[in-house]
Amino acid sequence: MLLGPSGCGKSTLLRSVNRLVVPQSGTVYLDSEDTAEVDPVQLRRRIGYVIQAVGLFSHMTVADNIAVVPSLLQWDRARIAARVDELLDLVGLDAKRYRKRYPRELSGGEQQRVGVARALAAQPPVLLMDEPFGAVDAIVRASLQDEIARIAQHLHTTILFVTHDVNEALRLAERIVVMRDGRVEQYDTPLQIVSNPATPYVRQLFALDEEERRFDSLRASLAQRKT
Amino acid sequence: MSYLTAHAGQIAQLTLQHLGLVLGGLAVAIAIAAPFGILAARVPRAGTPIFSVTGILYVIPSLALLAVAVQYLGLGPAPVIFVLAAYAQFILVRNIATALANVPAAQLDAARGLGMSPSQQFWRVELPQAAPVLIGGLRLATVALIAIATLGGYVGAGGLGDDIFLGLQRKYIDQTLAGSIPAAALAVIVDALFRLLERSSRARLE
Repeated sequence: MLLGPSGCGKSTLLRSVNRLVVPQSGTVYLDSEDTAEVDPVQLRRRIGYVIQAVGLFSHMTVADNIAVVPSLLQWDRARIAARVDELLDLVGLDAKRYRKRYPRELSGGEQQRVGVARALAAQPPVLLMDEPFGAVDAIVRASLQDEIARIAQHLHTTILFVTHDVNEALRLAERIVVMRDGRVEQYDTPLQIVSNPATPYVRQLFALDEEERRFDSLRASLAQRKT
Repeated sequence: MSYLTAHAGQIAQLTLQHLGLVLGGLAVAIAIAAPFGILAARVPRAGTPIFSVTGILYVIPSLALLAVAVQYLGLGPAPVIFVLAAYAQFILVRNIATALANVPAAQLDAARGLGMSPSQQFWRVELPQAAPVLIGGLRLATVALIAIATLGGYVGAGGLGDDIFLGLQRKYIDQTLAGSIPAAALAVIVDALFRLLERSSRARLE
């Protein structure tokens, strides 16, 4: 989990993993392989990618969107169709109902579920998520967060997740990298960071949010009561 | 009107010839405009010089350009196709550049991030996304070329201009109309067809 204010470089760091950004110095290793020595196009097909703006292809159906990477990898048709249904199921959408729909017919939350399914299509060992739930309302966000936590456990995929939301980081992260001005302030487990903040900035970041976090859990329980 | 009915076969043939000139001009125009339009969309700094050259081509009166073209290409369809292709550059290059520049950035980022090669990004995402705008530009260009192709009557390229200019020379209004009415009708029909195409391609995207 990469956590920090906007402009601190967390997205840039994330995008250097699949070489959408080329680092000026330093090396990115993926499974002890220097990513600079791999063809970037091939590399990206092995790494899932989910962005805040979702970026579903509006001229393709949900099924075709999810099938993008498998078809780039030239899977056969039957295997792709089976995989699409399996993924829709995984992200909690009814395959029969959603396969043939277009992105414009979906709500924001549903669109990002499809975005996640598309990123996971070819079973990437690593998944990059750049503020994936930043554009949906709080209730939908909470349910998407639960969903991704469940999926992560189910798939054993390593997820690199960018957020500026302290609650989201605490809720989902196994480890948090706190960043500011292009530098890492602290890298540790949520518990360690909260109990032993390494810098005044980290202390402030997590203290400021105490209040809001209480409100957030209240909101979540209210949301649950409604359903 | 009697001229129209008496020469129906000949008029139909001239109409086909006219369409042939327009399609030929359009094909050459697209082949030239596509790389320049794509370049202008990709490299914003290249846009200014490209647009000023096509702008200059556009303001040269087409008849004057045709006269120059005949010096080099002789009589017949070649100089007409040259003029049509040159004239369409202004509309097509700017249109292609605009259409590509307006493809949603999130979809481009996703296409790249998912591992599409540059050519896959172009054919699978950029082109379908740009289609409605591109079809709109093609419509404007085609309608303009249908009008300009009547100049073919001056240089022995055939087309509906034959009847228009012969009728004018002979002060024989019926023959002039036999060229101008089908030309106008052609423009209206082509315009309507492109509008339909444009609407259906847009409906798929929204």
